[in-house]
Amino acid sequence: MATSSALPVRAWRRVWSGTGSRHLLLALLGLLAVIVYVEAASDFRNLQFAAFGYLGIAAGGLTVLTGLNGQLSLGHGAFMAIGAYTTALFLDDGSPVVPLLGVLVVATLVTVLAGALIGAAAARLHGPYIAGATLALAVGVPGIALHFSDTLGGEQGLGVVAPPVPVWLLDLDYFFTGRDLTPSRYLSYVVWVCLIVTFVLLANLSRSRVGRRWRAVRDDDVAAEVAGIHLGRARVSAFVVSTACAGLAGAVMALVVRLTAPGGYTLTLSLTLLTAVVLGGLGSLWGALIGAGLLSYLPQLATNVGESLGLDQTRAAELAPLVYGAVMIAVILLAPTGIAGAVRALRARRTARAERPPPQTTESTVQQGEMSR
Amino acid sequence: MSAAVSTDGRETGTALDIRGLTTTYGAVRALDDVSFAVPSGRITAVLGANGAGKTTLLRTISGLVPATSGTVALGSHDLSRTPAERMPGLGLAHVPEGRGVITEMTVEENLRLGGLGRRTGTEPVPLERVFDLFQVLGERRHGVAHQLSGGERQMLVIGRALMASPTVLLLDEPSLGLAPRIVAQILDLLGGLARDEGLTVLLVEQNARSALSVADRGVVLSLGRVVADESAATLAGDDQLRHAYLGF
Repeated sequence: MATSSALPVRAWRRVWSGTGSRHLLLALLGLLAVIVYVEAASDFRNLQFAAFGYLGIAAGGLTVLTGLNGQLSLGHGAFMAIGAYTTALFLDDGSPVVPLLGVLVVATLVTVLAGALIGAAAARLHGPYIAGATLALAVGVPGIALHFSDTLGGEQGLGVVAPPVPVWLLDLDYFFTGRDLTPSRYLSYVVWVCLIVTFVLLANLSRSRVGRRWRAVRDDDVAAEVAGIHLGRARVSAFVVSTACAGLAGAVMALVVRLTAPGGYTLTLSLTLLTAVVLGGLGSLWGALIGAGLLSYLPQLATNVGESLGLDQTRAAELAPLVYGAVMIAVILLAPTGIAGAVRALRARRTARAERPPPQTTESTVQQGEMSR
Repeated sequence: MSAAVSTDGRETGTALDIRGLTTTYGAVRALDDVSFAVPSGRITAVLGANGAGKTTLLRTISGLVPATSGTVALGSHDLSRTPAERMPGLGLAHVPEGRGVITEMTVEENLRLGGLGRRTGTEPVPLERVFDLFQVLGERRHGVAHQLSGGERQMLVIGRALMASPTVLLLDEPSLGLAPRIVAQILDLLGGLARDEGLTVLLVEQNARSALSVADRGVVLSLGRVVADESAATLAGDDQLRHAYLGF
């Protein structure tokens, strides 16, 4: 009996102890949670959820670059723009020549190409210099759309017509829920499936020898170099992976927002992503997700609280940046390693406390004393 | 491979042949026409006062600092034109000053890092080999490296270098900030590796007395130049040299 009850525990431990199987299990659980939420939420909430998702994808990529490899990018909004404009060029008239998956792959690959070129140049730079170079990118790239206004739509941008929901998915959703899958719910699924796939790949990568190389370069480039790691290659590979995420995020953002215009990819977006990563905890994918969630929901939450406190709509909306700033300051002061870092530290303290031998009681000390006598 | 003579009187091949090595930082000549041979399977101590060029010598050999002129021959390879990240593949490992532990990684991850660029044509070194040499690392293999003491960190970086199956190990100031007992342990272990496994060690050390107690040869640098290249016993017995350059 004891053996049969121990079997599931043993199987669970085996799955949980393997890096790949643990990530797959978490991905499946995540997908389940996404399905439950998407099906339960309204169209408005689903669009908000999709926005949370695309910010999460970009923040996940940025946390790999900044948190795991130590490169500070202030230009990830520009890479999102590249992914978004590529998508818009494919999906501007509602009759795509390539299936949606193909469009997302091409948008990611185009961004990877740009990321590789810029990453190769940036690999020679460090600290504030790389931040400066990417800052120039964040400022410059939206200007390209203005310059080539015939192709890229200038200030007005390009409209994006999301492809219709595939019939098989409509049927599948109807079979389980008994109602039609709306475009908003469909887009929410697209974004979150992209996020889950991206996060599984990033999590596996950061646990692999590639991730070890990135972390070694971040922590001690001399030690990394003498261990046989090519610093330039490690930096470029981290940059490319990170920009791939930004490109994909931009592509799905274009689908959700249905418009790609320079105003959506300003420096503010790049700084917002960086804020999400810092708030959540540098180097942590969970942290990136938490940060993106805060960015997506905190302004709305603050506005709602303001309204319930009797403020008019304008005043309540003005409360959002104030609350956001206060949260930022609180996290920096109370949890300098971000929310995920603070949780990790708390868990480490608990584990250390649990492993510490219990203090001897007076009675047991007396008994020991008597025995020694 | 040319021949050199070690303290035990046996002839031994040359692992590293350094000829006319010069390294400059702007107008400063940190190394000035340095030439000496490092016998294989032996420990050679590089000694000298602060600013003598000891660390620059190791950093130039391992490619971290570009040589202005001169050659460093490891077999048929001229290391003076080889990038640092290719050195482990050629069989040269460098443990830089300041330890270079990747503190956020576990002990095991740090060690695996050392195996990434191992010597070409060699099998991966099992982690157990390092744990046999440094038992404390085996006991803390899953612990994060920032929890290690200074001595354990030194053991970890030496272990990490050994994971690359080097034929030549450059070791910079391993005694820095460590208790004498730990230093003695580490130097004993290096002696064992050289004696039993034929590892060539080029040891930079401020503590000349400790270094000469374990080394076969000693090279004394002063202001970037070689002022003595003798057996360790000869150097330890040369009162004038000891007082002038080694401070004991």
